[in-house]
Amino acid sequence: MFAHEFMRNALLAGTFVGVACGLVGYFVVLRAQVFAGDALSHLAFTGALGAAVLGLDIVAGLFFATIVGGIVIGALGDRARADDVAIGTFFAWTLGLGVLFLSIFTTSSSAGNGTAGVRVLFGSILGLSGADVRTSVSIAILTSVALLTIARPLLFASLDGGVAAAQGVPVRALGLGFLALLGLVAAEASQAVGALLLLGLLAAPAGAAHRITSNPYRGLLLSAVLAVASVWIGLTLSYAFPTLPPSSMIIATAVAAYVLAFAATVGRRRPVGHYLG
Amino acid sequence: MAELTVAQGLTWNLWSDVQELFSYPFMVNAMEAGTIVAVMAGVTGWFMVLRRQAFAGHTLSVIAFPGAAAATLAGLPVAVGYFAFCGLGALSLAGISGSNRSHSAESAAIGSLQALALALGFLFVGLYHGLLTGLDSLLFGTFLGITRDQVLVLLVVAAVAVLLVAIAARPLYFASVDADVARAGGVPVRLLGLGFLLVLGLSVAATSQITGAVLVFALLVTPAATAHQITSRPVLGVALSVAIALAVTWLGLALAYYSVYPVGFYVTSLAFGLYLAVRITRVAVRRRRATGLPAAAAA
Repeated sequence: MFAHEFMRNALLAGTFVGVACGLVGYFVVLRAQVFAGDALSHLAFTGALGAAVLGLDIVAGLFFATIVGGIVIGALGDRARADDVAIGTFFAWTLGLGVLFLSIFTTSSSAGNGTAGVRVLFGSILGLSGADVRTSVSIAILTSVALLTIARPLLFASLDGGVAAAQGVPVRALGLGFLALLGLVAAEASQAVGALLLLGLLAAPAGAAHRITSNPYRGLLLSAVLAVASVWIGLTLSYAFPTLPPSSMIIATAVAAYVLAFAATVGRRRPVGHYLG
Repeated sequence: MAELTVAQGLTWNLWSDVQELFSYPFMVNAMEAGTIVAVMAGVTGWFMVLRRQAFAGHTLSVIAFPGAAAATLAGLPVAVGYFAFCGLGALSLAGISGSNRSHSAESAAIGSLQALALALGFLFVGLYHGLLTGLDSLLFGTFLGITRDQVLVLLVVAAVAVLLVAIAARPLYFASVDADVARAGGVPVRLLGLGFLLVLGLSVAATSQITGAVLVFALLVTPAATAHQITSRPVLGVALSVAIALAVTWLGLALAYYSVYPVGFYVTSLAFGLYLAVRITRVAVRRRRATGLPAAAAA
């Protein structure tokens, strides 16, 4: 398996994407912002296709769309908490925009014919080049370090925003910064597992970690480990059975881990998140 | 798309344009299907927004995609896959909201369910070679090529869904606005929640055959969100939600007929444009009232 360069590339990039998704996902779940992650994953799709239509770099479009989208969602959600409806309305429209871009793109390029859209939606981890891997590794390291730097105040702000604000923690800035980081990770993970599936890497390992432990640092670590393990197992499965697409296998593994954690902890003490009500 | 070439193009005579629109059977079918879908989505969407279940609604609409793919793979009619998967999805969502007390744990579970649905969908598509060209229409739908049978099935499903919501409307409204008080008043809150998710799944399954799995959500959430911005009165709100859904669907279909761009783009953009306009007007009105009232009081 390791003899193939595309598998080495996939494993290397997947490992780092897994770490970044696991760490960021832990906070996404803690802050009950999974729906924002859902929205960002669809924005990634629209951004990439928009860039393709304009003849720009697809990856640049992806990053632009998700980071700007993260900040817009942060602004939408700040006035009233849990404004899922505003987020939903916004991203339902970006989906329509994505459909427009897709139709322009598929009619203008005779060769591309829809597969570009499919690749953006579902990823192509086995098609990553050496340069792609270097980019995604460096971005993963960047986001992980940035997240761990703000982990303590962010944890405080997430668990009890009111008390944190009273203590002088910049709750609002942290929230916006976190969503921008989430956007960065979303764009990165889109390249690996696709825009539609990155939600699984954000929500499932972190959800499992939250169910297993209420200690935040142990939870962060566990979430990252589970995400990386999902990537490895998923890639191995896909290598062993080539008809199974790698992104599906990765997500299926992550969700299986979540279901196991759920089954093992039913009826046990409640996870950290219950403070948020 | 071949049928589109028969279009004469837009003329200055609006009436003859509309007549031309209805001279093609496929457009008549599309308009009828669109009308049914809009009424159903307007009604169920209004309660979905009231209950703050946008994430659950979106997850249900995503679940339609593996349903269609699985049915194609098994050689069954696509409709069977839609209804089976959306029904199962509604049951799982009800189970999730029953077993997770905190909002964050619930959203993690819903997110995992949605990701699993997408992973399965892509897996089924991968197993069924040759469907890749059909993937776009599974995800994004097509208003063209709707048959009479589909319109009839849609009509029956919509009638059932709207009737069920109408029967349960009062207790459902009560349970959605204040679950604790409703429970104390003897309203079966959990049963209503499950029933509503099943109706939502039913309407999503029927709608996604026409609009595709991805765009159902736009019709569910946007007209309803706009109606909630305008009024909080239930009967008026549902009526407004339906009216907006109808208007954007009809206009979107007509625009798509006279251009090369997809209907999904027009419907979502019209709906979102209206939502933005209403929100901005509301903010402006509130600001004028806030600055106007003290002056009036002083005078």
